[in-house]
This record gives sequence, structure tokens and C-alpha cells, in this order.
Amino acid sequence: MAKVLNIAPVSRIEGHAKIAIHLDDNGNVENTFLHIQSLRGFEKFIEGRPAEEVPRIVNRICGICPWMHHLASNKAVDSAFGATPTPTGHKLREMCQVMAHINDKILHFFFLAAPDFVLGPDADYSVRNIMGLVKAAPELAKQVVKMRQLGQMMLDKFAGKAIHPVAGVVGGFAKPMVEEERKELLQGTRTLLDFGCYALDFAINNVFAKYMDIIGDLGAIKTGFLGMIDREDGSLRLYDGQLRLMKSDGSFVDFEGDDYIDYIGEHVEPWGYSKMVYAKSWKEGFDMALTAPKGIYRVNTLARINVCEKISTPRAQAALEAFRSSFGRPAQQTLLYHYARLIELVYSCERTIELLEWEGITDPNVRAKVEPKAGRGVGVVEAPRGTLIHDYTTDENGCISGANLIVGTTHNIAPMNMSVKRAASTLIKDGVYSEGILNQVEMAVRAYDP
Amino acid sequence: MAVTAALEWLGSCSGCEIAILNIGEDLLPLITETLDIVHAPLLMDHKYFGQCGEGVALEIPDAVIGIVTGCVNNREHLEVLQEMRTKCKVLIALGTCATHGGIPALMNGQDQQESWQGIFTTVSTDPGAEIPDVEVPPPLDRVYACDEKVRIDMQLPGCPPNPEFIAEVIVSLVEGRDPILPSKSVCDTCLTKREGKGTVDKVKRFIENVEFEPGAPIDEMRCLLEQGYMCMGPVTAAGCAKRGVPGCISARVPCRGCFGPVRKGGNQLLDMMNGLASNGIDYKSVVDRRSILRFTGAHGRLRPVKKHVAREKS
Repeated sequence: MAKVLNIAPVSRIEGHAKIAIHLDDNGNVENTFLHIQSLRGFEKFIEGRPAEEVPRIVNRICGICPWMHHLASNKAVDSAFGATPTPTGHKLREMCQVMAHINDKILHFFFLAAPDFVLGPDADYSVRNIMGLVKAAPELAKQVVKMRQLGQMMLDKFAGKAIHPVAGVVGGFAKPMVEEERKELLQGTRTLLDFGCYALDFAINNVFAKYMDIIGDLGAIKTGFLGMIDREDGSLRLYDGQLRLMKSDGSFVDFEGDDYIDYIGEHVEPWGYSKMVYAKSWKEGFDMALTAPKGIYRVNTLARINVCEKISTPRAQAALEAFRSSFGRPAQQTLLYHYARLIELVYSCERTIELLEWEGITDPNVRAKVEPKAGRGVGVVEAPRGTLIHDYTTDENGCISGANLIVGTTHNIAPMNMSVKRAASTLIKDGVYSEGILNQVEMAVRAYDP
Repeated sequence: MAVTAALEWLGSCSGCEIAILNIGEDLLPLITETLDIVHAPLLMDHKYFGQCGEGVALEIPDAVIGIVTGCVNNREHLEVLQEMRTKCKVLIALGTCATHGGIPALMNGQDQQESWQGIFTTVSTDPGAEIPDVEVPPPLDRVYACDEKVRIDMQLPGCPPNPEFIAEVIVSLVEGRDPILPSKSVCDTCLTKREGKGTVDKVKRFIENVEFEPGAPIDEMRCLLEQGYMCMGPVTAAGCAKRGVPGCISARVPCRGCFGPVRKGGNQLLDMMNGLASNGIDYKSVVDRRSILRFTGAHGRLRPVKKHVAREKS
């Protein structure tokens, strides 16, 4: 008899979602849906707020990546007010953003994703989690907690708040860095870099090698990719650069974030609150068909690793080369998001060190003069979950009169739906399913770190 | 013997959950020895409808301690909150969304239906899109704090809440004693230097940095209100300070009230305006006064601005 399996809540992800698997009379998958369950309405309730206050309101969109919203917002307000942050203000913002990436990647890989790999996808749900990881690998768990805490507290101490930050301000940064702070941050980041390199090796040897068959297949789909690159040399960028939209055959166009509206659009399905972003400029419409998807591209770690020409820091570049020699470019396997995430972990540590070693980083001139006024500004950064776009219009008082936000995860909603369908259709046959099988369907979502 | 605990998030951002993880070195013993976590969507895979998704009724296991974060703005949030109330002996509302509505309750200052329409007709959205209504939980009429819907045993605000006090609340419950929590205002616990308000008669927007000596301790910086910025320290509950200094002040940025009112049931907007007026500062110089309620818009505090109805000609 036909029935619906409701996997709710989708767990060990950072948002509110439900997977519905519709089975036909023979117990085979008829259709699947990833329903996004929650809508708060930031685009609307920031209207009327003084624009310089908005970076400390929209950070509440996500408590895991508040720095990303905080800084995309600051960039948008800079632009609407016609302000150019001082070089040091810019670099302090970037440093905080890249440091936030470090903590996010440790959190996602070890706290959320690793239990599936270390304890196994079929392990009982009561142990397949960070608490189980503590019992199965106590030394590793202790180290992970310690490193994540180190990263969080470095950011918290320097910028006042790690969660829901306030130190990025229109025109730059709220406080300069003094030499003592620089030294302490540098020492901490070097420790994090060692851990990042260890984490990548650990995952290559103990996770990716062991689960290569699952990695090649689970939730695998073929799509395009979008991510930020350096304007000069096409290397990976997280804070500032241009965007590259790549088709699945590897051909691409590059564009400035300001022009996003010419390249991407948002499709709405009646069964989920999240919009589905797609490549409007490909002029093929929107279709999530597994065999011939239309307009579908992905963002987040794997996308960034695919679209960039190279990585500007040595250890991450070496890891990228090894990755490309194994999986090619663009790599499509969904579970490789985890691998790409750890390459970015190494890059984020190296980049933080680079910024801390930049001679101007302790310059006291951290904020440019700003005048609230009417204008429009688009701010783009790469959040852990993908390309993040804040687009504001301000009135003559410098208050928000209109806003459009395209949040990282929304680019991946359509691909996640496809990966769920692919995983469920492959794994569930003739009415045979189990907790372990359904967890594997969730693993296809978890890889995207939504 | 570990105490059972269930965690849930409603209309939220996960910042409270990250604050829990920021407890630090006490975290692992807390989540593996002190507590036996039976349900927590961010960390573990217990499912509402059975582990294979075949059930029909939403179920959360029994637990001694329940922690709920986020505001209540749709029917699923309400159902989950009610189930948490039924199944948990002690229910804690964690974070300012759960205690006062938080940032999402800014929506209460607008017409929700109109706003949601607007969200699905932005410039980048395909024309003809409508508000999704299939298999997604319908919205409530407005954004609620948890205690407007069920009985809450303990309120711990903060955006995010302070990891130190999250641990204190849990440990005190396990030990069967009252928690030791801050009761003063941000201002009462702030170390900045006060010299009297001087010539300040208007508040400045925060478009230039405050005055301070980089690297010098916070007690050498002058009070930000006295520097002419709107700082909500006087009307806001303390609790954000780590390393002895309120979070935003340590970043040299004025307070915006994220721990909610210092007086139980207090109104940060009225209290702040009174405070400014009694010091001879023109409260009308505050641009967008409603956003002083940006963290506390539940409990009927924020309502849509009434539209002027054009009078018909007789």
C-alpha cells in the first residue's frame, strides 16, 4: 500500500527541515520532498531600520554563521552610503570572517557529520552523535571540543562577541587591533592550522578511504556550481571577489555580485518556505529532473573548490591538487562536500595567519567617515553554506526602504531535493527500508551542511 | 545517574545551541555524564514520527529538563512547544527569542500577511509565486514568546545567552538548588568611566567610532551614553559580560538591549525614553524609536503601525 515516510526533524543540520518519502503500492519511491519548515521574514522587518543598525540585526538570521550576514550586510550598507572602508577595516573584517569559517568547519565536520562515519551510518541513533563519538574516540572528541573552543574564544575576545557580532561597522571596524592581540591571535591560529592539517589527514585516511563506495554514489547528481574567486588570479576567496558561475561541463562566466540579478533567479514551490535559487542566465528554466536538470547549480565548499583556479595558500593548494587528481574538476559527488570543507579549513587557517602577518593589520585607522544617505548597495560574501547576497536600498535618512536577501543555503535547496530523491530511490526498493537506510538519505542532505 | 534532557528549537537561528557548545571544557562531561540527552535536533537523531517516519503523532521522549529556544511563530512551533511542556518536568526558555520574542518579533510591528506577500515577490523571485502552503506549517497571527503559550519554569534570556549561565542553570537544577544569575542592569556592571552627561542633548547615530585609547582597559573609556551615543545599558538585563565587560562594550560598540528589560515585565522603549528625557536629552533625536523594542516585540509590545484611513467625503 502506498505510504509516506516523514523523516522529521532532519537532524544534525543547522535548520528546520523535513524529508517526506512517498512510496507507491509496491514500496518503491514515487517522489521525495525536502520541506523547509520555517520563515521569519528578515527581508521585510529590516525595512525602516537605520541601515547602520542592520548588520547587527541580520546576524540573527543564522547563529552558526552570524559573521557572514553581519559582514555581507556591512558591505551592502557601505555601498549604499557610498563609503569605502579603510584598508585595515577591510582586513579586520576579513580576518573575523575567515576565522568564523574555521570554527564552523570544525563544528560541521566533527560534531554533525563525523558520527555517521566514525560510528557508522547504521549505528543506533542513541550513539550516532557527538555524545557517542566521545565514548568511541575520547581523545579525538576532547581535541575537537578544545580546538573549536579556542577558535570561538579568540574571536569572542578580540571582537567582543563571537555569536551575533557587532564589531564590523559601516565604514570598517569598531576597534583597531593592538600588537598584544595580534600576537595572541597568531599563536592560536597556528595551533588551529596544525589541527586543520591533522583533521584533513584524519579524514582522508579514516573516512574518505573507508567510505569511497558511498561517496561515489550517495545522493550523487550532476549540476553546475557558483562561488567566489579573486578578481586578479581566480583563486579561492571568501570575503571579497567576483562570482563565477560554472556549468557542469566546466564552462563558466564571471560577474560582479552587484549584477547578481542578471544571472540568478528564485523559484518558489508551494511545499517549502525556502526559495530555490537557479541560474536564470542559462535561459533553460528550472527543473529538478535527475536525468536532465535545468538551471540547477550548487554552492558551498565543493562549489568553491570547483570554480577556483587555485588556492593562494600553500597547504590548502597542495590539498586541492591532490583532490583534483583524484576527482577531477568539477567534482560532482555530493559527499565530497566534506572533503572540500576540510580543504577550506586549512585555507581559512592559513589565510588568517596571512592577514595577521600583514603589516597594516594593527593600523589604528579602522573606520572611514560615513554619511547616511539614499542609495543602493549589494554586499556579497561566501558563507560556509554558500554565496550570500544582501541587497539594500536606503532612503534619504539612510534607513532601509527595500531589501533582497539571497542566503547561502537557498542555492542548494533544489540540489538537496535532487540528492534526497537520488539517495532514496537507490536505497529503498520493494518496500524494504530501515533506520540505517533512512539515515543515509539524511546523510545526502547533511553533506550540504544546510 | 544522568538526568534526562530534551532540547528543541522553534523560530530560531541556532545561536543559542552554539552558545551551549561554547560552554567549553565542561561541555563534554555535561552532555555525556551530567545529562542524558534524549532529544536534540542539532546534535542527535531522535525523530518525531518514529525512527522510520511511520508514526502520525509528533512525539518527544519524557525528560526531566527541557530546554527550548526560539520564538513561536507557526503551528509546528506551537505543537512542539506543547509536546515539550507535556513531556518535560522543568521547562527552560533559553535565549531572548524564547523569553521575549527576540529579533523575529520585529515582524509584529508589521502586517504579517502583507510582509510575507512581499517576500515572495522580490525582484529576483519568479513572477507569479505565492506564499507556500502545502505541507509547511501555517503561521500564527503573530510572533509569541514561549510563556505566552505554555507555562515556563525558568527564563534565561540573551542573544546569545551566556554559556556560563546556561551551565549554571543546568547544574543548579541537577543539584537541586536555585541558580545564581545576574539581576542588575548592563549599566550597573559596566566599568566605563562616568563623568556626568555634560553638554549632550541629542543622541548620535553610530556612524563613527566611539572615543577610546586602543588597548587601554575599558575603565579608561568614557561611558558611551555620555559620549552621546544611544546605549541601552541602563534598561537592559546584565548577563552578557565575559571577561568582566559587557560584550558589545568590550567591542567599543553601544548596547542594543539583547538580554531584554532589566525589570521583570519592563518596557525597554519607555524606560529608555524616560531615562533620556529625565537627563535633558531629546528622545526625538533617536531615529526609529520602535527598533528599541527589537528584542522584545512579543507580549503585545510591538504592533503594526495603524494605517491612516482616508476619510470619505460627505
